[in-house]
Amino acid sequence: MALLQIAEPGMSAAPHQHRLAVGIDLGTTNSLVATVRSGMSIVLNDETGRPLLPSIVRYDAHGHTEVGYAAQAHQCVDPHNTIVSVKRFMGRGLKDIPHANEMPYQFIDAPGMVQIKTCAGIITPVEISAEILKTLRSRAEKALGGELVGVVITVPAYFDDAQRQATKDAARLAGLNVLRLLNEPTAAAVAYGLDNASEGIYAVYDLGGGTFDISILRLQKGVFEVLATNGDSALGGDDFDRRIFCWVLEQATLTPLNANDTRLLMAKAREVKEELTNHPETRFTAMLSTGEMVDLQITSKILSEITQSLVQKTLAPTRKALRDAGLSVEEIKGVVMVGGATRMPHIQRAVAEFFQQEPLTNLDPDKVVALGAAIQANVLAGNKSSEEMLLLDVIPLSLGIETMGGLVEKVIPRNATIPTARGQDFTTYKDGQTAMSFHVVQGERELVADCRSLARFELRGIPPMVAGAARIRLTFQVDADGLLSVSAREQISGVEAAITVKPSYGLTDDQITSMLSASQSFASHDMQARALAEQRVEAQSILAAVDAALAADSALLTAPELSAITASQRALQDTLAGTDHRAIKNAIEALNRATENFAARRMDASIKQALTGQKIADLST
Amino acid sequence: MIDFSKNYFALFDLEPAFQIDLARLEPSYRALQAQVHPDKFSSAGDAERRLSMQSSTYVNEAYQTLKQPINRARYLLSLHGIDTQEETNTAMPADFLMEQMEWREAIGEATEAADAAALDHLAGKLRHATHQLHAELGQKLDQQHDYAGAAGAVRKLRFLDKLREEINDALEALET
Repeated sequence: MALLQIAEPGMSAAPHQHRLAVGIDLGTTNSLVATVRSGMSIVLNDETGRPLLPSIVRYDAHGHTEVGYAAQAHQCVDPHNTIVSVKRFMGRGLKDIPHANEMPYQFIDAPGMVQIKTCAGIITPVEISAEILKTLRSRAEKALGGELVGVVITVPAYFDDAQRQATKDAARLAGLNVLRLLNEPTAAAVAYGLDNASEGIYAVYDLGGGTFDISILRLQKGVFEVLATNGDSALGGDDFDRRIFCWVLEQATLTPLNANDTRLLMAKAREVKEELTNHPETRFTAMLSTGEMVDLQITSKILSEITQSLVQKTLAPTRKALRDAGLSVEEIKGVVMVGGATRMPHIQRAVAEFFQQEPLTNLDPDKVVALGAAIQANVLAGNKSSEEMLLLDVIPLSLGIETMGGLVEKVIPRNATIPTARGQDFTTYKDGQTAMSFHVVQGERELVADCRSLARFELRGIPPMVAGAARIRLTFQVDADGLLSVSAREQISGVEAAITVKPSYGLTDDQITSMLSASQSFASHDMQARALAEQRVEAQSILAAVDAALAADSALLTAPELSAITASQRALQDTLAGTDHRAIKNAIEALNRATENFAARRMDASIKQALTGQKIADLST
Repeated sequence: MIDFSKNYFALFDLEPAFQIDLARLEPSYRALQAQVHPDKFSSAGDAERRLSMQSSTYVNEAYQTLKQPINRARYLLSLHGIDTQEETNTAMPADFLMEQMEWREAIGEATEAADAAALDHLAGKLRHATHQLHAELGQKLDQQHDYAGAAGAVRKLRFLDKLREEINDALEALET
């Protein structure tokens, strides 16, 4: 008897039927959903024809939610229950959120990730994001007329494990099947590359509402190979708004504002920023709750001046990505601009100047990420022969393990192509040791304290052996979503332990940012500390050598020569009391010069002695 | 899916040698990833997806190993049962150590003078020195089969790698 086949809802049994899949750009400021229709990637609009969904969620006392423009309309009258830029809270603890004290929310410092107390109860960032995703899901299902097989959701390239996990959890909560988490710059490159049939090396400069990413990719025959990525996961258009807001406070000499007025002025700041994209000047006008009127003239020149340092902050990671890719500016064929913030003319000018070419802006910077995600979703859902496209992405920050002395042993370097795995062997340091604990960290610095703690776990049940006899192989595996899992196995006994790094231990945006900038600005500090230690060791050994030489052969020196050497010795001794490694180095060199002749004479003397000895030996036989 | 017992050269259908045709490696790498990458198995079963991830990981590791000359040399030596002893063997020829000191001094001076152009120039010189060592490795590994000598050249390359890092760090510090 033949069995009747029943397909899963949304999953078609017929091989050639189109499977409904969408790409979602879950942005800090706005979110979008796109799909591929008749071979074209298109953004799905809401029922009134608007493509963007403001990433804003408002909760009311009855537990109802408003999402998007409706919530946006209430953000100034109900700031405590209207959550904006929730992406900045994903996978983050309270201490990791910059300017949290200035936000109108009642934060609850829950372990791993903050929560927000609203009139509808306590809400997590994952739930808030899920509301945005649910709205996009229903928009897509209405537009496409069926249930979705799966989605590709984009994340900043600098998102770490916790943030990626939190995003995946939000999707699950919204009833979505995540086919892949895709890095935003890579998604943009897909949209651009496939549209323009481009080949060569491209840079994607992605300045969103709350994050900055730079990726360098090689495009060749449908293969998108990320060569390097860098960024700043706490830098975006929001920060430009804040600069305008602060400028207004200063110019209008305003006293501390209540939450409603703060939200009002921040919203106004954004409007003004957007107006200055197309106009050389505009007015900042707002009526405060006190009845006070704010009315200021602002020019694009002022905006450029007060945000210059923010623009510069994007160029340091850009240089670093180029260097990691081993490329110079001349080798970049094109620069793709992504994110609404890249509409600002002074950013376009700065990028054009840096790359010595006009950036590409022919795709809408708000839509390009969603469009690329839709193309990838279409491929992953099996609608298109996947041979035509392949995305090879990387991890943004090195992954490592804590070793003795609080140092980090890097296991997987940053910019390693994913999926990737690396093993590292460890051993016991005490006789009869039966357990070992591991601390997984992420970051570029050498000390554990300066890196981000991802997870801690233990391997127990190691058979007692003498110290150093056990062979514990630790394996890091990063999958194609950029998510890490770690396992440990004692090779002789086969005892195992494994964990998937959980969001509660995730890296924070703030921490990554400060880690990165720290790694850049402290690189010289680390180097100096190391250089100082090295010079001190060298100084001590040369001092000891000179002392010994003087004790043995000072007879070879004239009185002025001897006093010159002892003066140089004292000078070096003096620099050792300080912390200037260059001074120590110079003093070492001075002592070397002062002892040059002495060393030559001693050499001569010892050769003579050796020859003499030889002769005596010869004679004695 | 792929044969994990194959050595990396065989995986990409290359002869095991230091001098390989990178123009052949890249297309082979892409062709293999196009077959095994997890994106090709997003709607497959758990076991198949896991195998895809392992295969793709293996191909990435193999590619990175063969693409970088120092990794390639090290791998080739390991196939011949030679350990490069980079952590344990610190006895380097005196003239090489002398050169190292000169490099360090030049980098130190350029760093102290905050002279980015000089650092760039040193980076260029270092690239040249690195290429010379690569040529030497090619000779020793492919023609003379002098594996002990090749291991020595790998140890030298490690020193040059550190110099490159130092120059990069110094350039980075200048930029910030």
